[in-house]
Amino acid sequence: MTGLLAMFRRLEGPQTVGRGPAFWGLFALVLAAALAYPLFSDGYTVGNTVYFFVWVFIALSLCLIWGYGGSLSFGQTAFFGIAGYGYGIFTINFGSAYGFTLLALVMAVGIAALFAVLLGYFMFFGRIAGVFLGIVTLAVTLMLERFMAQTAGPEWRIGSARLNGFNGMSAMPPLTIPWPGEPIVLFADIGLYYLVLGLLVLVYLALRILMNSSFGNVIVAIRENPERAEMLGYDIRKYQLITFVIGAALAGLSGVLYTVWGQYITPSSMGMTAAALPLIWVAVGGRSDLTSTVIGTLVVLAAFQALTIYGSQYALVFMGVLLVLTVLIAPNGLVLGVMNWLGRIAARLTQRAG
Amino acid sequence: MDIATHVFSALYQFGDAFAFLVLSACGLAVIFGMMGVINLAHGEFIMCGAYVTAATVHAGLPLPLGILAGTLVSALVGVVVELAVIRHLYDRPLDTIVATWGLSLIATQGTLIMVGSTMAGVGTPFGSFQVGDYSYSIYRIVLFCAALGVLAALYALFNWTRFGVLARATIQVPHMAAALGVDTRLIYSLTFACGAGLAGLAGGLYAPTMTLVPTMGATFIMEAFVTVVIGGADVFLGTAPAGGVLAVVKSVMTSWQGQLFGQIGLLVAVIIVVRVLPKGISGFVLRERT
Repeated sequence: MTGLLAMFRRLEGPQTVGRGPAFWGLFALVLAAALAYPLFSDGYTVGNTVYFFVWVFIALSLCLIWGYGGSLSFGQTAFFGIAGYGYGIFTINFGSAYGFTLLALVMAVGIAALFAVLLGYFMFFGRIAGVFLGIVTLAVTLMLERFMAQTAGPEWRIGSARLNGFNGMSAMPPLTIPWPGEPIVLFADIGLYYLVLGLLVLVYLALRILMNSSFGNVIVAIRENPERAEMLGYDIRKYQLITFVIGAALAGLSGVLYTVWGQYITPSSMGMTAAALPLIWVAVGGRSDLTSTVIGTLVVLAAFQALTIYGSQYALVFMGVLLVLTVLIAPNGLVLGVMNWLGRIAARLTQRAG
Repeated sequence: MDIATHVFSALYQFGDAFAFLVLSACGLAVIFGMMGVINLAHGEFIMCGAYVTAATVHAGLPLPLGILAGTLVSALVGVVVELAVIRHLYDRPLDTIVATWGLSLIATQGTLIMVGSTMAGVGTPFGSFQVGDYSYSIYRIVLFCAALGVLAALYALFNWTRFGVLARATIQVPHMAAALGVDTRLIYSLTFACGAGLAGLAGGLYAPTMTLVPTMGATFIMEAFVTVVIGGADVFLGTAPAGGVLAVVKSVMTSWQGQLFGQIGLLVAVIIVVRVLPKGISGFVLRERT
């Protein structure tokens, strides 16, 4: 009981922005709005919102590895793709009966995490850091894209699942929850919305607890100064590897949910552009905080979609400009800057009142 | 088919792979080695060189002049990029990666909008010759010679010219060089331009051999990164031997299992090498020397 209480106390702390009744009141308000939202909207719009939420997981994974851990991974899309394809291969082969899709989700995320253990071992225990880490992870994801793109022939099949080359894999069953009588099929509207929203809140809160725990403090210490953290007796390689694996699992979750959402996945989800987009959301949002990452991702995604409707080909140019400007002008992120500014104003107001 | 033709075939493939790796990597290696900046827009500088070369050749210039034009235009673009973006980020190496990635997005998509999804290519010059049962392109031999030429020229530039001496002084101890009157910002600009120009040269040289599309930079970028990661920060002690080693891996894997496995072989080689030699080949050689 006290252990549980201590855990909940970690929901706020030095590594995350937002504390006190004001923040959690706002959080509850936003959550209530998110819960009520499908009642006032149509299935298509809700499905589109699910699409936005799906990407938040990969953004959070990048926030964890890059923002908190200080090692820039360009390869989150590799785990995204692996888990997405993994889900497809499992469910196409074994179907969706007996809640197998949920098991497939877990297994696909597990495969992505295992791959991260392997890759991370070579990288962190080889002590590559900084720019090299970025390049190796980028090379891995580009390689995977090229590999999947050439699997068009009929000889590329795993069980009854064709990999289908550049056209991608499709028609995998949606998530299905076994239920006495009729199993509940979560199509990409209200059902999936509540599942993804629940997962999102869970992951967000869990990451807050993790980052404010001693583990999170060590991760931040490594980001600030790896040598110092090592002198203090921490085996930084292990900490970095664990962070990397958690991040990979989150990116994998994103990939599975994306596959479930659209019932399809293609090699280009691991390509150069796909790899750049999460980076833009996280950089613009503010990589060193979970809340700003979530807000930034949703805002930039919505803006990107709006732009795509009005001038599809210019949207990517705009994203590139946004990224360059953010790095030059607000290296800590636009949303985080605004949040800190609001926090200062709130502090001043309470000071004046008190 | 006797032994000699087999040997020639193997050598030819090695030379081809070596030229591709060295030419696509040297621009990146110069910028990284001198400034610690990884230029993710490297592929787009290559694309720029290839496009300018093709455009000038279509306009009636001979191919060598077209390649020269591609090199110069890329170098000029490099100066502009350095002044506008890179200059402000020297103390934040990770952010330079992110910013240059943004530039890469802008360049790829911008080219797609302005030039279209493809551009008419340039024919491969020189024709081919026959050894045994196979015919080989003479231009590939030219490319191999060009790679050796570029390495020699870089060696001469950094060892025998005043710019080379100043540049090496600037890398070693920047503020000391500045205190002795070296305009380090100018040196950085020129180095970046040099790297961008080398990328343009690679693009120009390979323009006759491939289809020109806005995303063509991506075909070079992985090989370039891999070579620089394995090579480490020094162009001569790193990039050249790394190019040699990787060319063996790539040509063997390619002739055994095809193009894709050549690339997978490269990637696996990289991951293993960084585990053993974290600072790359040049870091290993330099540590042995001191």
